[in-house]
Amino acid sequence: MKILNEIFWPLVAVLAAFVVGGIIILAIGDNPFNAFGLLLSNSFGSAKDFGWTLFYATPLIFTGLAVAVAFRCGLLNIGAEGQLYVAAFATAWVGIKFGGTIVNGESWAWTSLPWFVLVPLCCLAAVVVGGIWGGIPGVLKAKFGSHEVINTIMLNFIGIALVSYFTQYHYKIPGDPILETANIGEAAHIPQLNQYLPFIPHDVPLNLSFLLAILMCILVYVFLWKTKWGYELRAVGQNPFAAEYGGISPKKQIVLAMTISGGLAGMVAIGEVLGNRHNYYDAFSADWGFWGIAVALLGRNHPLGVFIAAIFFGVLMRGQIFVDAFTPRVSKDLGQVLQAIIILFVACLQIYALNRRQKAAI
Amino acid sequence: MNSILLQAFIFLIFASIRSATPLVFAGLGGLFSERSGIINIALEGLMLAGAFTAAVVTYQTGNPFVGLLAGAIAGGGLALVYAFACIYFQADQVVAGMAINFLMAGLPALISGAIYDSSGSTPQIDKLDQLPNYFNNISFASILAFITVPICWYILYKTPFGLRLRATGENPAAADAAGVNVIRLRYTAVVISGILAAIGGAYLSIGQSSLFTRNMTAGRGFIALAALILAKWRPVPVLLACLFFGFTEGLTIVLPSLPFFKLSSGEDIPIQFIQIIPYVLTIIVLAGFIGLSRAPKALGIPYRKES
Repeated sequence: MKILNEIFWPLVAVLAAFVVGGIIILAIGDNPFNAFGLLLSNSFGSAKDFGWTLFYATPLIFTGLAVAVAFRCGLLNIGAEGQLYVAAFATAWVGIKFGGTIVNGESWAWTSLPWFVLVPLCCLAAVVVGGIWGGIPGVLKAKFGSHEVINTIMLNFIGIALVSYFTQYHYKIPGDPILETANIGEAAHIPQLNQYLPFIPHDVPLNLSFLLAILMCILVYVFLWKTKWGYELRAVGQNPFAAEYGGISPKKQIVLAMTISGGLAGMVAIGEVLGNRHNYYDAFSADWGFWGIAVALLGRNHPLGVFIAAIFFGVLMRGQIFVDAFTPRVSKDLGQVLQAIIILFVACLQIYALNRRQKAAI
Repeated sequence: MNSILLQAFIFLIFASIRSATPLVFAGLGGLFSERSGIINIALEGLMLAGAFTAAVVTYQTGNPFVGLLAGAIAGGGLALVYAFACIYFQADQVVAGMAINFLMAGLPALISGAIYDSSGSTPQIDKLDQLPNYFNNISFASILAFITVPICWYILYKTPFGLRLRATGENPAAADAAGVNVIRLRYTAVVISGILAAIGGAYLSIGQSSLFTRNMTAGRGFIALAALILAKWRPVPVLLACLFFGFTEGLTIVLPSLPFFKLSSGEDIPIQFIQIIPYVLTIIVLAGFIGLSRAPKALGIPYRKES
């Protein structure tokens, strides 16, 4: 019964969002059934379609976990976007500096490390830099009490501007019209999954980071529910005063939660920089950090829920491209609108989900 | 040198007033909502609703005042949705507020994509159809902002509505016992909040510029919230705090034009370092002053009537 309750209300929220979304599509003069049909059929139709859906879901798993960990501590991390940007740049930087990158015959690298050192080093850069960028609003909240929502939003703007500066002035190949860094060394590339799993079509860019995402779901579950730190983190999220009375320092947990959250968001860089683009590209993220909020909420801040919700939003991200192309009037912003309405409905229906559980407890 | 500095200084003052204008409206909007006990993280989205609607209606009618009115109505309407979520459903106010922001990151683009076949922005409004400027480029909206501050002060401190509003934000149960309709009052406060924030947004699209672009508020809703905290939820300090944040934005316009504001190599200082000034100062100010600030006691807590 408990599981049914966990699934029922998110499902209601999704259905209600599609009804409202349908009304909006009608209002702008298009056919909602056609739009929703395109949205869903191009995500599950074939192995290739589903592979692409998983590809879109991968960054959302990381950002969804990031937001969920912060939520469990009672914090809303709207800064996953900025965290994954600075992490992606840091990853590319390590990949260039230690990966033997040569640009126009001139070496930009300090050294050229073998892959078994370079790949972990790049991953470490992603997690640490993402963690630091997430930890800053944590420290600000713990030390000064300033609200993490405002600070993370401000740090998004600051982080994205800073890495854009470094890219533009220091790591762009001269003459490149696009704001992107030079490519990382080949030793830093992580393999595509179809090298090992032949049933994945070769034109699906799903890479090793998808497996890392699954692993992180398990690790986050273990951390939150099987370790003392995770228990303390959740205790602060449920009631900071009671937790403090019980000898747990809410301040420490806030910093910890935001740092872990930032580190998880930073892992997006592993899939994107090491596995997909092989450089840092300005505006590479399709608002994944913000979509992570919807993923976490719909997944009820549980790693398994996050995984399922990420695939659902992966469907929207994949499908909206086809909606954009094959409907006369609906643009790909449909996905963004549906995502927002889903968040609103999840927030509104929370009270029913809770009430039902309280009744069940009695 | 001196005349350049003087010119820059005068320019900076006007730039600050222009940049502060949308913040003042949004800040005052947040004031009503938060003084009644409802957190308003949705200011950003409410501003975008106003900006988009005003741009579309001004483009269609050629009358910026009709556009401004339409923007205000759109903001009020969207705020009603937000209020319904927060008050009737007792939704988490921060989460519901972010949902409104996300909705307004997508819905304007969806609509303008359908009617103008361009989801990035709305069509350009004729220069003559923008909100008018008076004395030395002071916008109609800026003057309105300066007039709105004392009106809000009067409403908040000198009217029965203001008294009930403040009481509701501090202790809704006591206000209820004294005969205040807490629920209706909170709805009213949030809708006023939406109307004001939307006027601020409208200024961006039909005053400061002449079209709506995606996410054109660029975090101003959140900066207004920071200004509100800095101002300890009081109207006149809101004006001052917004002028301060407007000043930081003004710096980003004025500094690059100063001849001596260069790197030691003589090159321009990278634009990114200038762009981040308002955001960095927001964080610093928030960290430095929040300890001195005390939020309305019932802020963020849904009201459940005892039965």
